[in-house]
Amino acid sequence: MKSRNKKLLAIGLAVVGLAIVAALVLNAFRNNLVFFFTPTQVANGDAPKDRAFRIGGLVVAGTIKRSADGMNAIFVVTDTAKTMPVSYSVKDNGPLPDLFKEGKGMVAEGKLGANGVFAATQVLTKHDENYMPPEAASAIAQAQKAQTLVK
Amino acid sequence: MIPEIGHFALILALLLALVQGIPPLIGAHRGNATLMAVARPAAQGQFLFVAIAYGCLAYSFLVNDFSVANVARNSFSQLPPVYRFAASWGSHEGSILLWALILALWTTAVTIWSRHLPEDMSARVIGVMGLVSFGFLLFILVASNPFVRLSPAPMDGSDLNPLLQDPGMVFHPPMLYMGYVGFSVAFAFAIAALLSGKMDVAWARWSRPWTAVAWVFLSIGITGGSWWAYNELGWGGWWFWDPTENASFMPWLAGTALLHSLVATEKRGAFKNWTVLLAILAFSMSLVGTFLVRSGVLSSVHAFATDPTRGIFMLAFLGVVIGGSLALFAFRAAKMPTGGSFTWFSRESLLLANNVVLVAALGAVLLGTLYPLFMDALGMGKISVGPPYFNSVFVPLITPLLFLMGVGPLARWKQASLPAMAKQLRVALAIAATTGVLVSLASGSFKPMVGFGVALAVWIVVTIYLGFAQRLKYIGGPTLPALLKIPRGFWGMQMAHLGLAWVVAGITLVSGLETERNVKMNIGDTTHLAGYDFTFQGVSPHEGPNYRAASGNVEVAAGGKQLFVLHPQKRIYNASGMPMTEAAIDYGFTRDVYVALGDELDNGAWTVRVFHKPFINWLWIGGLFLALGGVLAASDRRYRIALRAAEAPAVAPQGAQA
Repeated sequence: MKSRNKKLLAIGLAVVGLAIVAALVLNAFRNNLVFFFTPTQVANGDAPKDRAFRIGGLVVAGTIKRSADGMNAIFVVTDTAKTMPVSYSVKDNGPLPDLFKEGKGMVAEGKLGANGVFAATQVLTKHDENYMPPEAASAIAQAQKAQTLVK
Repeated sequence: MIPEIGHFALILALLLALVQGIPPLIGAHRGNATLMAVARPAAQGQFLFVAIAYGCLAYSFLVNDFSVANVARNSFSQLPPVYRFAASWGSHEGSILLWALILALWTTAVTIWSRHLPEDMSARVIGVMGLVSFGFLLFILVASNPFVRLSPAPMDGSDLNPLLQDPGMVFHPPMLYMGYVGFSVAFAFAIAALLSGKMDVAWARWSRPWTAVAWVFLSIGITGGSWWAYNELGWGGWWFWDPTENASFMPWLAGTALLHSLVATEKRGAFKNWTVLLAILAFSMSLVGTFLVRSGVLSSVHAFATDPTRGIFMLAFLGVVIGGSLALFAFRAAKMPTGGSFTWFSRESLLLANNVVLVAALGAVLLGTLYPLFMDALGMGKISVGPPYFNSVFVPLITPLLFLMGVGPLARWKQASLPAMAKQLRVALAIAATTGVLVSLASGSFKPMVGFGVALAVWIVVTIYLGFAQRLKYIGGPTLPALLKIPRGFWGMQMAHLGLAWVVAGITLVSGLETERNVKMNIGDTTHLAGYDFTFQGVSPHEGPNYRAASGNVEVAAGGKQLFVLHPQKRIYNASGMPMTEAAIDYGFTRDVYVALGDELDNGAWTVRVFHKPFINWLWIGGLFLALGGVLAASDRRYRIALRAAEAPAVAPQGAQA
């Protein structure tokens, strides 16, 4: 093959490859991007009803309740302005993380149920006690900023 | 005193890096042999001083010198000595120093095994590595000094993050860094070739074994990291598409593409420019990986730093290295001659397809990793891109690659015959398809993905057999002596491909067939999973060196026969008070049984998580084969001959052309 044709082949392959990748990436992005909402945003109705998203904030002290068989947990998450009830099934999703505690930050992924309870399928904490997940920190910062503006 | 010696050694190393970087490059440009001769001693001296600095840091950790801030933050007097040593690279500062140490080690290796190169080439290679090293040492001294003192010194340290207290921590980071940093050699060769304007076949031959060795370390590092995550994180997962994992996977993808492209460049003089670009890309990805993991832009177990000045320095460094090399490439590449001709269906074109797919996959992973960071930085909201994205992009991209992996090694250079190969591969395709269907039927409920993955793996294995058969026929004579005549490069390639097939089989089998159960267990309760009976016999207290634990007793039986007892633990670390789950695993060639403790309930009951993971160890066995293949390829005879032949007349053509 002449070097001109070889170049054309290389360019052609690259273009086809790029097109396939672009199609795959766009499609995957559309279906799988997970957006983050604060409890305030959820309370305002900004969060999607039929799509998974993430919430973050502090676990309100005294709100973690487990069912007798330990297979379900419910708790309340706050960004210091608004609160939001969360349910989590240990049976389906495994134990809660080691550092999941009252008064500490956490991020949960799941869907908003019709009853207003966020059904989490995954709860994330950080691998360090005193470290606040950035999403949770930003949720609290946003809520506090909003409050100072109101005042 | 010791930390100050370390600090001082670092400053000397910085100056030596400059000496190693600038005079040899000028010397190579002007054809001045005296300036070029500076490269080797300067590089070896630099290694000595970085090693002294690292020794001082490690010593401070071993003797619990808590007046050093880095030691106080990352170690603890009760920590076992081996973890105290490993803690020296557990922090941001220490890990960057390890980076610099390994870079100096690779450079020293180059000074020893580059005597067969023309003097201007080795001077340029060592010089470029010196400049990279200068950047890293400057970063350490300016923004990330591990020797900063605390006054007053605390009584005790705040302990190494318990997640890092695992044998994995001792081996995984050095392996990974050997791989990351090893690509700096291929990068330096590429830059040296661009600077000299001589990008001949010899350049590819020199670069190949270095690239292969770096790739071996990176493969072991990634495999080990995956094994570590599986053992330590207690979630039973082995790959999470976490940004820190992607950070090591991206250079691997680029390095794999580079290895294949180098073959075409060495054997056929093809894709010279592209190969240079890949060498730049592979090292750039190593730097991006270091930046991602070490700058604090991610919030994950690896990202300890939260200091933005570091991030900005690293970003600037990244810009200089990547931007500078690409500018040099743009300036020089057009002048490079193009290589031999080939048709659309040939070994070359198949290698090109391999490269296109690998780079495309790399692009998709890079995008998924950086997109949330960009969105966040631009204030456009917080987004997470999780495993579903990566799986739905990566799997369709890699599938054709695995298919082509069966075809490529059998295809001829320049021009292959499609009908002849179709005939040759018919049987392989039939065997693979049949096995796939049988496996998906045998796996209980019909699982097409399992069958498809196994079929791909079998396809690769059968084509490996065909490759050997083809070689033996070509060599002729009885099989055994003929086998010994096959060069190690060929063995290495096939071994690595076999390893990948093994990994693919492991991934599809464990993903498709694993089962899990979360259950509350009272003392004496039994739960069943995948033919095993798990009986919970309560927990007993356990004292570790620096933690207390509740150690569970779970008896595992099958078919009424007691097999073994597992002891999953729930630990509380003394220094930090941090709780941690330590899973207990019974390993096997065809399955793992995995038990972890959840939460303590009333009356001694616990929530317990049990997994049955078929064939999961194939992942790591395959990874080791992959690495072993790289070792064989790097030790091929012709590289050793090149070395030996060069030892005598090495001084002859001293940089005359420059």
